[in-house]
Amino acid sequence: MVQKLDYLRETPSQTAGPYVHIGLSPRDAGFDIYDNQLGEDIAGPDAKGERITIQGRVLDGTGAPVRDVLIETWQANADGIYPGRGAVEDGFRGWGRVVPDAEGVFTIKTVKPGAAPGRHDTVMAPHLNLWLVARGINVGLNTRMYFADEEALNADDAVLNLIEQAHRRDSLLAQPDGDVYRFDIHLQGERETVFLDI
Amino acid sequence: MTGELYQRDRTWHPPALTPDYKTSVARSPRLPLLSLQNSDSELTGPTFGHGDIAAGDADLLSNYAQTGDPIGERIIVHGRVLDENARPVPNTLVEVWQANAGGRYRHVKDTYFAPVDPNFGGCGRTITDAEGRYAFRTVKPGAYPWRNWTNSWRPAHIHVSVFGTAFAQRLITQMYFEGDPLIPKCPIVATLKDPAAVTQLTAALDLNATIPLDTIAYKFDIVLRGHRATWFENRPEGN
Repeated sequence: MVQKLDYLRETPSQTAGPYVHIGLSPRDAGFDIYDNQLGEDIAGPDAKGERITIQGRVLDGTGAPVRDVLIETWQANADGIYPGRGAVEDGFRGWGRVVPDAEGVFTIKTVKPGAAPGRHDTVMAPHLNLWLVARGINVGLNTRMYFADEEALNADDAVLNLIEQAHRRDSLLAQPDGDVYRFDIHLQGERETVFLDI
Repeated sequence: MTGELYQRDRTWHPPALTPDYKTSVARSPRLPLLSLQNSDSELTGPTFGHGDIAAGDADLLSNYAQTGDPIGERIIVHGRVLDENARPVPNTLVEVWQANAGGRYRHVKDTYFAPVDPNFGGCGRTITDAEGRYAFRTVKPGAYPWRNWTNSWRPAHIHVSVFGTAFAQRLITQMYFEGDPLIPKCPIVATLKDPAAVTQLTAALDLNATIPLDTIAYKFDIVLRGHRATWFENRPEGN
């Protein structure tokens, strides 16, 4: 016999199910219960940097929009500082929660994050960390959204460069389109988004 | 500053594609996940304080009451949030949502015949204390039917969402109740391959925590990924 390892095991995940909005975004479930619904303001009014709007859809393997998804976002501020790692502007939360509208379009309003320090003195290109939960998704899906107009930083980004099939890196790039960035997430199929085990 | 997180054991968690749970078929990636070593982007995460929530948010018996108490079995659900090293996770946000005693959700998309309860919203939230403890008061949810097979019923369950301190610890799961005969019939529960994983999601009746003549109790501990110590670390190039 060997000595027993006394670690606990992580609580196993289960799908968020069809009614995730009741718990995490009740106004979108059609009722008003909390004074303060969390996740509605990512950057706060005092954040420096470029105000941006990101719009897109989450699509299933048949190409249909996933209307019951809930997306959480996490990012650094315009100086590349994550809350908890240094001083950020008052009200800068870095975290948000969005759900799509009736057509399946989600909208994220925030400031564009700055490049942040990565592992071993590398630089991470500006990105949002995204987490998707929905009915049919057994473990929340992680991905990153980068900005197509940050070509130089993206070219050196360690995570983008880990993607062996270079053309799949495009699945993580939000494309500027007028005054918004467009970012569709494909859960499955020909244009499948790169999802991460973080 | 804490070290990187232990790798998530994805053979313990459900796989993405679990065809008996039909919705997973078109909503599961077909290509493998890209494994990353943690950076600040994963090791940081949002924090919440008591200014974000109201004191009564954890009491589902009263947080949506209009004319009186909701109908149903009055229960306390309590436990601790720990990490894999058995260390408590203090000051972290725990959110729950559930159906009412008849299995009906207060959601525009739920059209099940069982009526909504005018005094029950079905969601709550709280922040763990310094020892990682949390508690909710609610009614025990009912089973409800869903369109998977023609005669599929979910076991009574409460959905649970937890943050931890790192975005990579983010977790949503479901809590089941000890002794429920629907548990082994459910294709969502069966996405878990290891019976021990189902056991870990099944809350135990906790008579010691009940309030006699008032409210019965169930205990549900939640374990988030642990941080590893960085004893010896080479510094290779790249990621």
